Amino acid sequence: MRHLFPVVKNAKIFFSISIIFLIIGFGSMLFRGFNWGVDFTGGSILDLKFDKPVTVAQVREVLSDHKLGNSVIQLGSADAVATESQSVLIRTAVITDEARREVMNDMTSRLGSNQVLRVENVGATVGNDLVKQALIAVVLSWVLMIIYITFRFEFKFAIAAIIALIIDVSVTLSWFSLVHYEIDSSFVAAILTVVGYSVNSTIVIFDRIRENLKTHRRSESLPDLVENSIWQCMTRSLFTSLTTLFSVVAIFLFGGETIHNFSFAMLIGFSSGFYTSTFLAGPLWMFLKNNAKSNSQRVVSKTKVV
Amino acid sequence: MRWDNFTKFMVVIVAIIGSFAFLIKPLALSVKQGLDLQGGTHVVLQAKDTDVAKVDDDALNRAVQIIERRVNELGLTEPVIQREGKDRIIVELPGVKDPEQAISMLGRTALLEFKDMSGQTVLTGKDLKDSRASAEQSGRPIVGLEFNSEGAEKFAELTAKNVGKQIAILLDGQVLTAPVVNEPISGGRAQITGSKTMQEAEHLAILLRSGSLPVKLEVIENRTVGPTLGQDSKDKSVKAFGIGLAMVFLFMVLYYRVPGLVADIVLLLYTMLILAIMKALNATLTLPGIAGIILSIGMAVDANVLIFERFKEEMLSGRTLRSAMDAGFDRAFITILDSNITTVMAAAVLFYLGTGPIKGFAITLALGVLVSMFTAITVTKFVLKALIGSNLSTNPGFYGASAPKAQEEVAK
Repeated sequence: MRHLFPVVKNAKIFFSISIIFLIIGFGSMLFRGFNWGVDFTGGSILDLKFDKPVTVAQVREVLSDHKLGNSVIQLGSADAVATESQSVLIRTAVITDEARREVMNDMTSRLGSNQVLRVENVGATVGNDLVKQALIAVVLSWVLMIIYITFRFEFKFAIAAIIALIIDVSVTLSWFSLVHYEIDSSFVAAILTVVGYSVNSTIVIFDRIRENLKTHRRSESLPDLVENSIWQCMTRSLFTSLTTLFSVVAIFLFGGETIHNFSFAMLIGFSSGFYTSTFLAGPLWMFLKNNAKSNSQRVVSKTKVV
Repeated sequence: MRWDNFTKFMVVIVAIIGSFAFLIKPLALSVKQGLDLQGGTHVVLQAKDTDVAKVDDDALNRAVQIIERRVNELGLTEPVIQREGKDRIIVELPGVKDPEQAISMLGRTALLEFKDMSGQTVLTGKDLKDSRASAEQSGRPIVGLEFNSEGAEKFAELTAKNVGKQIAILLDGQVLTAPVVNEPISGGRAQITGSKTMQEAEHLAILLRSGSLPVKLEVIENRTVGPTLGQDSKDKSVKAFGIGLAMVFLFMVLYYRVPGLVADIVLLLYTMLILAIMKALNATLTLPGIAGIILSIGMAVDANVLIFERFKEEMLSGRTLRSAMDAGFDRAFITILDSNITTVMAAAVLFYLGTGPIKGFAITLALGVLVSMFTAITVTKFVLKALIGSNLSTNPGFYGASAPKAQEEVAK
């Protein structure tokens, strides 16, 4: 692809954008926190029996009007594939008795008379264990990645790749804090997907740099080499991001409310993954490499003086 | 036109499309789906006071933990276990075929006791470290018990005092077995016989190593429920996912022409293989699993994009179709290998350390990446080589590439 604009020269701008966003994001995480879903906080369970069979979509419509659209709604019936049933099980976030009465009145007026078989508070289904476990697993997988990339490339590539993916995960978390979307148990899987995607695209760029390092001419400076490598991969980076985003955007737009946050996390993470691997990873590696070089040069000059 | 190569090409293409048309639906339906996608059994357990323990917050929380362990040991993927109100526990199990057996295990108190002749309880389940089911040489199922250090001492003392006498092993007050002690046993190990089938022995072992419930739990409700994702959301998502995939397919054909079409068709093979392997492994597909599949499809398409982009570059540098295609595959292979190995390694860690959604994600991602290495590289390469070898068309545009400018001018 043609070089539309210099990446390496503008690296400072790209980094600044990321850093400014992350400062806002971390601020939000600290002061605004996250909107933890029913999976983490617990909520209320409603067991209803309607006189006439209803569908999940009908029940969700009523709940949506009371801002409870992403509740877990299950039909109870002998047949798991039934599309309508008289018995409906709803798990909502914690709501007041008054709010629940309003919802139930609305439900009755729109979907017909019903009996409330039970209303109870329910506990969390996802413990801190899962989050802790996920963290340990992710960190250990990063260590392995660093070892592998060091083995196949070099240590500085590994560090640059890990920094890029930490930015992607942080950006995704920042967005969830900023827009206050609910974090449910599937969010963990979405984050893991982002990690996988980010590493994949960073390695593709690094692979190009590695290959060009072998064949590059003396006249070509390191910044030029990185610049060329990035643009040689640009078509691929754009296409792969686009094709992956096709499915994610489709699910985000048309996939229904319970899967909305899940696809949103991937949407943000994949976009950030494209950004960091294309605009940040290469310059970051160069920065690490130059720093090491100037350090070692300093050592050399010192020894000469001695 | 070389007919042998063209036949090779057509046979593979027709075989993939044909088997996809016939097999995809039965395959997709036969893979087990989790609670979030398919629903399952909803069980409500009511805690009741007993002579020894009252139902309180602490007792119920401990009971939830034990139930959780039991369900996980049964190998059920991503169940829901949650407290309801003050004295109930909700358990939702994914599409269990024969729920009665699983449910009967949930409510079992599973209090293990070792008593001597005088009826004195010497050891309980609390003294156990582990329990495993196995079969004797005769094929009789047994449950092997391993005591913790305190339990081992107690057991050694019990057997030493009762040589030549009978001791009784009871579960929930019923005698499981009442062996005669031949000699003192100091190794901290014992066996329980009396299970009729291997499955019964396995269930007993699970109950014992998950611990006994602090209070009595009774099943007060048990019914089938729909997917937690919601049937409406599920239907919509399936459609949306289809639209997304269709766009990917279309994009590949429009941009990469015939190689793109070949990659699309091979992606059908990839989908069938993933489903077939999941079925063979008896794995359960859940939403996190689908996330893993989305990522691995993305990586499969990425592999083809990398190869075809390389191919185009090589064509521009003046190579022939055949050698450009070879170079495209060879050069892109290293890139694909490095990124895929990194991913599979991460997935392996997540699989071994993770539970629930993390594990579900890791399985499909690792499978997906490994299968895509085979389909997107090996199969696609085979098919494309056959096509190029058939001399059906030597026009680079047919393959989505263009020849170098200079050469075109010379041709003119």
